[in-house]
Amino acid sequence: MTTTAEPTTELGKARTRKEDARLITGRTRYTDAITPHGTLHLHVVRSPIAHATITSIDKSAAEAAPGVIGVFTAADLGVESVGLPCAWPITPDMKAPQRPLLATGTVHFAGEGVVVVVARTAAEARDAGDLVEIDYDALEPVLDMEAALAEGATLVHPDLGTNENATWAFDSGAAGTGGSVDEAIAAAEADPDSVVVRRRFRQQRLIPAFMEPRSCVVDPTGEQITVWAATQVPHILRTMTTVTLGVPEAKLRVIAPDVGGGFGGKIGVLPEEMLCVALAQRLNKPVKWTETRSESLLAAHHGRDQIQDLTITAKKDGTVTGLDVHLLADMGAYLGLVGPGVPILGAFMFNAIYKIPALKFTCTNVFTTKTLTDAYRGAGRPEATFGIERIMDELAVELGRDPMDLRKQNWITHEEFPFTTVVGLTYDSGNYEQATEQAMATFDYAGLRREQEERRARGDKVQLGIGISTFTEMCGLAPSRVLGSLAYGAGGWEAASIRMLATGKVEVVTGASAHGQGHETAFSQIVADQLGVPFEDVEILHGDTQISPKGLDTYGSRSLVVGGIAVVKAAEKVIAKAKKLAAHLLEASEDDIEFNAGQFTVRGTDKGKAIQELAFAAFMAHDYPEDMEPSLDSDAVYDPENFSFPHGTHLAAMEVDTETGRVTLRRYVCVDDIGNVVNPLIAEGQVHGGLAQGIAQALFEEANYDDQGTLVNGTFVDYTLPSAADLPSFESSTVSTPATSNPLGVKGVGEAGTIASTPAIVNGVIDALRHLGVTNVEMPTTSQRVWRAIQEAQGRSTQETPVDTHSPGAGLGSIDPNNPQGEVQ
Amino acid sequence: MIPAKFDYVRPSSVDEAVAALRDAGEDAKILAGGQSLLPVLRLRLAAPSTIIDLGGIADLRRIAEDGDRIAIGAMVPHHDVMRDDLVKQHVSLLSQATATVADPQVRHRGTLGGALAHADPAGDLGAVALALDAEFVIAGASGTRTVGASEFFVDYFTTAIGEGEILTQVRFPKYTGWASHYEKFNRTAQAWSMCAVAVALRIDGGSIAEARVGLTNMGTTPIRASGVEAALVGQQANEDSARAAAEHATEGTAAPSDADAAADYREHLARVLTGRAVLAAAG
Ligand SMILES: Cc1cc2nc3c(=O)[nH]c(=O)nc-3n(C[C@H](O)[C@H](O)[C@H](O)COP(=O)(O)OP(=O)(O)OC[C@H]3O[C@@H](n4cnc5c(N)ncnc54)[C@H](O)[C@@H]3O)c2cc1C
Repeated sequence: MTTTAEPTTELGKARTRKEDARLITGRTRYTDAITPHGTLHLHVVRSPIAHATITSIDKSAAEAAPGVIGVFTAADLGVESVGLPCAWPITPDMKAPQRPLLATGTVHFAGEGVVVVVARTAAEARDAGDLVEIDYDALEPVLDMEAALAEGATLVHPDLGTNENATWAFDSGAAGTGGSVDEAIAAAEADPDSVVVRRRFRQQRLIPAFMEPRSCVVDPTGEQITVWAATQVPHILRTMTTVTLGVPEAKLRVIAPDVGGGFGGKIGVLPEEMLCVALAQRLNKPVKWTETRSESLLAAHHGRDQIQDLTITAKKDGTVTGLDVHLLADMGAYLGLVGPGVPILGAFMFNAIYKIPALKFTCTNVFTTKTLTDAYRGAGRPEATFGIERIMDELAVELGRDPMDLRKQNWITHEEFPFTTVVGLTYDSGNYEQATEQAMATFDYAGLRREQEERRARGDKVQLGIGISTFTEMCGLAPSRVLGSLAYGAGGWEAASIRMLATGKVEVVTGASAHGQGHETAFSQIVADQLGVPFEDVEILHGDTQISPKGLDTYGSRSLVVGGIAVVKAAEKVIAKAKKLAAHLLEASEDDIEFNAGQFTVRGTDKGKAIQELAFAAFMAHDYPEDMEPSLDSDAVYDPENFSFPHGTHLAAMEVDTETGRVTLRRYVCVDDIGNVVNPLIAEGQVHGGLAQGIAQALFEEANYDDQGTLVNGTFVDYTLPSAADLPSFESSTVSTPATSNPLGVKGVGEAGTIASTPAIVNGVIDALRHLGVTNVEMPTTSQRVWRAIQEAQGRSTQETPVDTHSPGAGLGSIDPNNPQGEVQ
Repeated sequence: MIPAKFDYVRPSSVDEAVAALRDAGEDAKILAGGQSLLPVLRLRLAAPSTIIDLGGIADLRRIAEDGDRIAIGAMVPHHDVMRDDLVKQHVSLLSQATATVADPQVRHRGTLGGALAHADPAGDLGAVALALDAEFVIAGASGTRTVGASEFFVDYFTTAIGEGEILTQVRFPKYTGWASHYEKFNRTAQAWSMCAVAVALRIDGGSIAEARVGLTNMGTTPIRASGVEAALVGQQANEDSARAAAEHATEGTAAPSDADAAADYREHLARVLTGRAVLAAAG
């Protein structure tokens, strides 16, 4: 990042995060570190089989084991009819199977809980778990989405009569927001001066892999039931606990203490959380459940998993005329809290930054006997961005154009903002030219293209590819009315309160629920500027429904652009009240009071009061106006008028060793336009982490199932997350076209890196190999896949790339989950 | 991380350890650095009744020169092996290969003896020990015996260490002045080898006088690439000879197939990496 002089306002200051000292040193409280006196521990016995009928359960040995308090099935707990909530019925006729707290009768994915053991210690619960005998009659697993939709397919939920969850469609022609794609395709096919490019892309299944495993503690011994949970959504969890179990909402207090990452993986309402509440009530004792890493990889919701069939049409001069998108999205065995809506979020992003005149989007969600999918960093938008950015490259090849030139020709120019897109969204601001110019200059685009030519010409065994992604995304979820039009089960507002303490310090309550993002620092900076108080005097409170009673939590890059603006709105109300009090105390007209940097002064005089003095005066309440309450404290609820549309240009220099297939990311340059930046250090951190996750999808990660429906890479030995050693030093910077839809001019940044980077990497890999005849490599682009793609392109046949076999050797990779008792040595 | 229950002993000498092993019977397990054993316990893939921790035996943590050999105690952590001057000078291949093992945390805990006793075919140090003809000193109730590398690796996770026995030392002949290289290919930077090639060459006047080549993860045990060695001896160390010799890399291998690499790809890798390792060793 380029360094400029430190700004005089807090906004724009690269402060180190005040929460980091305690987070980094571990001197803090994560859920598993909270153990009320007398806590009992839960262990969930899970099905090792994807699809089976439970024929018998023998609990007797487990019940007799040391320390065991009880061993329960759903029937034992009387919760057979309890179903976990799905808050997003995307169509009126959507098929929604009930997701039980524990499988009853049939298990629908490997990892589904069947029995819960409660014991005095976690070790005793775990030991007793091994003694529960469950017999299964295996049923046919349902693994392939296309096969699942075919006539006569085995049904995951026979009572639904189909494996189709729902089909959701948008057609700009029918909606009146654009032309008809069917017509655009017909026209292009008939026109020798047009091209039609069809591609199938695959979005592999990913595992969010947050650092802190999920955990829940419930203490029923008080007036309220207190729930501590490693969750992104304490407020939603409270409401949904009421909806699910019938506990009155006011009798529930949900606390998200420090939470170690989520990436969407902690927005669910978990069967284990509901079991904790049910068991705590039944046993009248505090209970705790903390998953192991293997449980987390197996049973916590997964992300992505789509088949994308895209058709793009264009004039031979490069003008894009239409885009048809057909998706199959794997829901897994049940619906997550917002699972069915995740692919639908992509509907609005396939047109991306381009002036595509006609767009049709059809998505069919499919049930399989796999772990359910739900939001994962970017949720729907990375998938869409990948699809459009990949096919823009394919179109460029078809037309013999430089891929960046083709993008330029079709993107919205900066003069055209605000711009209403083919799907009816209004992009408030942006400047694609500026971000692109800066990125290309930093990258030395022309120089690298020359090097690419040279390497091709001399047949270098290491080929160079240049990957482009000029992304935008919609975030800052969300204008409530828009959510209403999509049948989403909640609004998109956020709440904030500011309390002016007697001593002049400020407590800010936010309904956003940070789990690593740095809200405590960023929101303090915002308030310090708004109220003119020192940064150090601001305390941010969040994540406890008794402290922050109202909120919609953190996901969808919403905390700053919705939650932060709510804080601004509350600050404005504090200032209005303080002004009134100042006028009264200074014996001036309110119109004559000026507010600047924490001081309320009478215009044209040196008379004034500091905001801290006014806070004290309000506390004393000895002297205040008749028509005012003696308080400066203020609440606000902010419902955004629009989404936030960050964008950026990302460029990757990919080296591909054509002998081994090894792909190496040599350089990564990105210029993001995230509007005004509250804290450049935090923003850069969000971009870097986001990039690592997006690049990981392109190069490293994939959750693989074998033909029995068992997750074969359920440990970190074989679910290959990259480490710092796998990634270069990113060259990231920002430009700023302030958002016009909010008073701070800010845009979301939490998901940008993840959304942008995946297609940049894959486009780069293919660009390196295109001259060898390679047109596609599925993600992750492992060395084996790349090598096979080269062999095939050269007309040499090889074996299939197996993805579902267990690795012999490689330590834990040697563990076959189908034979977990098999000794390895 | 909740393993099944076990008893724990921490002897302070090899004799005590052998006695403890005998007392504990069949179900005992030795704990060295715990980098492979603990995950196995955690996932309950093994449930030993007794764990015998060798961490308290100072004798097993030494590296010493012993005539024409370098003797490395079984409990010397990877980090120390990699940094040791004697190892660098006389067994540089071992130092190079050890530097590719996992990450610094694992290298500080994991041990040479533990890695070799564990005998994971994807482990990096077996191919080195085999190529360099290391000797394994094994202590048991009836005393100490020495086993050559060619007999040590028996099968997948199986070595010549018998029940009631402990690996105490690994002795490497000196390869002073040899050129060496360990070429490792893995999925992520700190992962196990999909395939790797260990090469040590004695180069005399530009031509290869002696060659030692070992392969990692090309069978159920480390594999000595004798065909490659034979093809190299007498040749100038150059691109052509390296490539020609590399054609022999898959002789006698039984490449496994897994998600990272099916057998045909692994065989291809073995050839490419062998060529590269030879050239890199030759400099
Ligand atoms: C994340 C990670 C990545 C890794 N990556 C690599 C890699 O890239 N390359 C690589 O080669 N290795 C790798 N390893 C393994 C590492 O080298 C381990 O240290 C090694 O496999 C085991 O050594 P240890 O000292 O930890 O043994 P332990 O785990 O304590 O023991 C392993 C086995 O050997 C037995 N054993 C140990 N010592 C003796 C002895 N003296 N006598 C008889 N039996 C004994 C034990 O009973 C046990 O069965 C990795 C490990 C981890 C955790």
